Amino acid sequence: MELKEILSIIFISSGAFFMFVGSLGLIRLPDFYSRAHATSKVDTLAIILVILGLVIYEGFSVNSAKLIIIITFVALTNPTATNALARAAYKFRLRPWFKKNKSKKRQKKNELGN
Amino acid sequence: MERKKDNPIVSLVSRTVSPFIMLFALYVIFHGHYSPGGGFQGGTMLAAAFILIRLSLGMETSQLQFKSSWATPLGSAGVLIYFGTGLVALLFGGNFLDYGFIPFTGTVAENRSIGILCIEIGVAIAVMAIMVSIYDDLLKGSPDD
Repeated sequence: MELKEILSIIFISSGAFFMFVGSLGLIRLPDFYSRAHATSKVDTLAIILVILGLVIYEGFSVNSAKLIIIITFVALTNPTATNALARAAYKFRLRPWFKKNKSKKRQKKNELGN
Repeated sequence: MERKKDNPIVSLVSRTVSPFIMLFALYVIFHGHYSPGGGFQGGTMLAAAFILIRLSLGMETSQLQFKSSWATPLGSAGVLIYFGTGLVALLFGGNFLDYGFIPFTGTVAENRSIGILCIEIGVAIAVMAIMVSIYDDLLKGSPDD
């Protein structure tokens, strides 16, 4: 194997690992905000790493230029979409999840809010 | 619930990104007979660029870009381009939509290529206008805009 292929394998598998961590966060975390936090950043990084691995594998050509354009597009739009979602949830007065929330009134309010 | 007008991040990014979406849509339309894509897909992307502006900046501002009243005439014009190309082929002695008979240039293959391009432009205009008008009609009843 060449150095190019080894590098691209490292990049793509690390991207798959970050994607796995993001999906794990989406399933395991308790709240909308924390889920958005987990998926947005980690998924953006994962997509960037996977496409960077493809760019390294492809070499210096038109296709890799297109892939770099895709990287900039994803890096621009994915955090913006998450920002819009989280802002809409905040404007809708969705309460974040707290661990120590023992008084019953607040708990009821939380359940209503969620 | 008050109108969420001023989110600078979303408006800046959508204003930055939507021309590039339009450019890519034009690429998909005009490169449609060599690569995946074509009139429907490019028209949908063009409509997505308009709808992105409508979503992020609100209805009043986006009327400056694409008025709601333009949608129906543009859709009709797209369908007219489509059927006009087919009828011109019919007039020059071929079947309906048989582009090889339209005398754009000399050879039959170039005639076919340019005829398919005309069809795709018509389809793209029609799809774009109809998608935008569907979005506007869906939004007409909401209290936000």
